[in-house]
Amino acid sequence: MTGTEPILSVRSLTVLLGGRRRWLRQSVPPVRAVNDVSLDIRPGEIVGLVGESGCGKTTLGRTVLGLQRETSGEIHLDGAVVSGMSPAKARLARKAIQYVHQDAAAALDPWWSIGRTLREGLLIHGMRDAAERSAKVAEMLTAVGLDPTAAQRYPHEFSGGQLRRVTLARMLLLSPRLLVLDEPTSGLDMSVQATVLNLLLELRARLGLTYLFISHDLSVVERLSDRVAIMYLGRVVETAATATIFARPMHPYTRVLLAAAPRLDRAKDTGVDTVIGDPPSHTQVHVGCAFVGRCPIGTDLCRTTPPPLRSIENGHDVACHYAQPADPVPAGTVRMHAVASAK
Amino acid sequence: MSLILRKLTRDVPAVIGLTIVIIVLIIAILGPLLAPYPGDVAASHLTRRLKPPSWAYPFGTDNLGRDILSRVIMGARGALMVAMTVVSIAMAIGIPLGLIAGYRGGWLSEVIMRVTDAVLAIPQLVLALALAQLLTPSLESAMLALSLTYWPFFTRIVFAETRRLTSSLFVDALRGIGAGTARIVFLHILPNAASPIIVRATIGLGFTILVAAVLGFLGMGATPPAPDWGLSIAESRTYLPAAWWYATFPGLAILLTVMGFNLLGDGLRDLVDPRLRRSR
Repeated sequence: MTGTEPILSVRSLTVLLGGRRRWLRQSVPPVRAVNDVSLDIRPGEIVGLVGESGCGKTTLGRTVLGLQRETSGEIHLDGAVVSGMSPAKARLARKAIQYVHQDAAAALDPWWSIGRTLREGLLIHGMRDAAERSAKVAEMLTAVGLDPTAAQRYPHEFSGGQLRRVTLARMLLLSPRLLVLDEPTSGLDMSVQATVLNLLLELRARLGLTYLFISHDLSVVERLSDRVAIMYLGRVVETAATATIFARPMHPYTRVLLAAAPRLDRAKDTGVDTVIGDPPSHTQVHVGCAFVGRCPIGTDLCRTTPPPLRSIENGHDVACHYAQPADPVPAGTVRMHAVASAK
Repeated sequence: MSLILRKLTRDVPAVIGLTIVIIVLIIAILGPLLAPYPGDVAASHLTRRLKPPSWAYPFGTDNLGRDILSRVIMGARGALMVAMTVVSIAMAIGIPLGLIAGYRGGWLSEVIMRVTDAVLAIPQLVLALALAQLLTPSLESAMLALSLTYWPFFTRIVFAETRRLTSSLFVDALRGIGAGTARIVFLHILPNAASPIIVRATIGLGFTILVAAVLGFLGMGATPPAPDWGLSIAESRTYLPAAWWYATFPGLAILLTVMGFNLLGDGLRDLVDPRLRRSR
């Protein structure tokens, strides 16, 4: 499933937000929303981006899309550099990437019917024939499991789950290859979540899509993604195949994150305490590791030297001084089993 | 749409306002057909000067023997024309400025909004009087003066709405799919900002009729022999209090029309802003 050439490659991406110099007043320091992030996404892959609220997941997604300008770093799409452009040019160069908003209801113009909104995207992307546009919209509404007559209705007439389908259809009409999904299941009840996730998997298989999947819901990430990147305070602290990360998390933050997830199955209890305190401020400059203040195993080395993201095992990168490869024999069998059950 | 109408019909003052506005509109459109003596706009009949109300002249006659009922009816068209022209010009100036200031932001927005605030700070009537005095007194200069004083209201409203909508998620999504600025501003932001604009325009129509009458009364608006309501009241001053009907009926016409537009405008605002309704 995973090819060798990444479709999207992010290199040392940094995004500063909202810094401002004010006249005769104290200037506002910028927020380091995304800090030196590198990430590869291969065609057909589903990469889950996980982290607590405010860790920069959404900013990273928006920057990849081009709605937010990167401060430094490079973004490659299909091997071509698409960073360092004005927002309008960046969007043009990154047409193959589309973004599905978290709040589907708010992402649609309340005064426009669903059909008009959906056709608008096609018109912007240069489809001149009105009849062709209508036909495409009807086809896509069917593909996401809605009735084609939904085109005549307005956003407030739909339920939350239906609106997710509408926004998904809107983006799929633009034939993207990489879809950034921002919390596609938040605010939906369990049964609707399941149908939306199944739809996402089905569409990926049918249309050959690649997903960057932003979420804080670990059970959803475990179910859907092939690979997971854990973010903490604007940095990627651990990335590995989904089964690996859920079976043997190495970064202390990943461990507390997994331990904090509520589950019925007490046997899986890892014995790790839940994380203490709130994340430190983004505006603060961290000398060492950003997590050290809340870390159960933090030492003086962590306080002075920031740990780089390094490869511990094949395809398992961790940004922690104390991450070590585990003994490989039993882990392998567990991993195989986990992969089978996750899909 | 039917829901909106049903909600409006439950609001008694708004229904009264709507009825008055419709009646005034019909009178304005059909004026010459409804007036018993349509020729009395300009003609004078010195033999029947200052007759009190009677069956032949329900509102009496004025100092030149003209039927006041006919003149009040014929004046409706003028009053509405002035109000609509003024509000249209004010909208044509105010809405684009508000859109630019709200969407673009930055120094341009600051400049536009500070000028708007400065114009808003001066009382409308005083500014209109000063402008009308500066130009030669005529109906056109009165209309121009009123337009130049009323646009800031639209700029303020459109600015606030545009600000709110520009940061809304659906505009973000539109940028995401590559929509251009013109498309976002005119096809998405403007229709979403339409309701408060319509409310303001309705209230503005009433307000403008009132201020136009004041300018006419002070001799800076319509010129004789136009059947202007404000001008009629001004002309009647010499014959008060004996000829009470001369000032009363044009005055009532102004009162009812302005009240009609204000009631309708308030009713529409309550429809658009449910929070306001609950707080009352």
